[in-house]
Amino acid sequence: MSEEETLSIRLLKGFGRFWWDFLVGDTPEITAAVVIIVLAVTVLADAFHVNALAYVVLPLLVIATLALSLRRARKPG
Amino acid sequence: MIATVSSSTSTVVLVGAVFLASAVEMVEALTIVLAVGHVRGWRSAFRGVAVALLALAALVGAFGPALVSVPLSALRLVVGTVLLIFGMQWLRKAILRSSGRKDKHDEDAIYRETVAELEAQGGTVKHDQVAFVVAFKGVFLEGLEIVITVLTLGTSAHRLGLAVIVAVVAVVLVGVVGVIVAKQLSSVPENAMKMAVGVMLVSYGTFWTGEGLHVRWPGGDTTLLALVVLYALTAFACVQIFKIARDASGDFVRE
Repeated sequence: MSEEETLSIRLLKGFGRFWWDFLVGDTPEITAAVVIIVLAVTVLADAFHVNALAYVVLPLLVIATLALSLRRARKPG
Repeated sequence: MIATVSSSTSTVVLVGAVFLASAVEMVEALTIVLAVGHVRGWRSAFRGVAVALLALAALVGAFGPALVSVPLSALRLVVGTVLLIFGMQWLRKAILRSSGRKDKHDEDAIYRETVAELEAQGGTVKHDQVAFVVAFKGVFLEGLEIVITVLTLGTSAHRLGLAVIVAVVAVVLVGVVGVIVAKQLSSVPENAMKMAVGVMLVSYGTFWTGEGLHVRWPGGDTTLLALVVLYALTAFACVQIFKIARDASGDFVRE
């Protein structure tokens, strides 16, 4: 493997590690919950056309996610 | 009239979020650069800063125009999702720090730790690789967070120029004040700023995720203000609840 390839692989790994730390890091529950929120609101807004419910549910799910993550931070282990 | 109020609300939240986020990241980067400069000499520290700034400029040049050409609906969904995750991480950390469940970000302690690490590396040379790498990493990683905030908020709001100007003003302001007060960056109310940024990022994240998913917000952009108030009250309530629970049980944080 040439020196140039080694450098490009290192750069790629560093880039991947940055995004992993940035979007997941030590709070994977937040990332997972946001994906679920997006899917839930997609279903409400697009599939069932329930706009009023979607704009109420979205912030409530965000608050629930924050509470869940804070609760997790309190637990030992 | 309603459209003007709506647009002003959006602009105020954009300017506030970009300014505070850029200022917080700049404080963190400056602490590292000052430590490197004082211990290992300024020449290599400045080389590290210059190369990091060039790398960041190249990233903006590469991704900025590409982001502008992405369809707005898709862009807002992706940006909204990223901001929701990023904003909740900031807000969570700020709540834990405000309620005393996590140590506050202490710039003096970080400065001392960086100085100790650099002194342990041995004597300095003309082209000091250690100083270069530490200064480069500090500026590049903190700068990357500023770039992401500016690009995501700026392009989604169609105010990239304004976002760039606000970020530059924040960075220059913190830079000038930081150099004048030298090592007293710990007096910056960083956690309060982080809390405000977290609230604004989560508000923008919620708003744009909704827009990207074709949710029609009642009141248009003015909904942003309602979201800011809602999340600020939530954060305040969480801090109070955590303080009461901590006093009652004295439990700890898992990090």
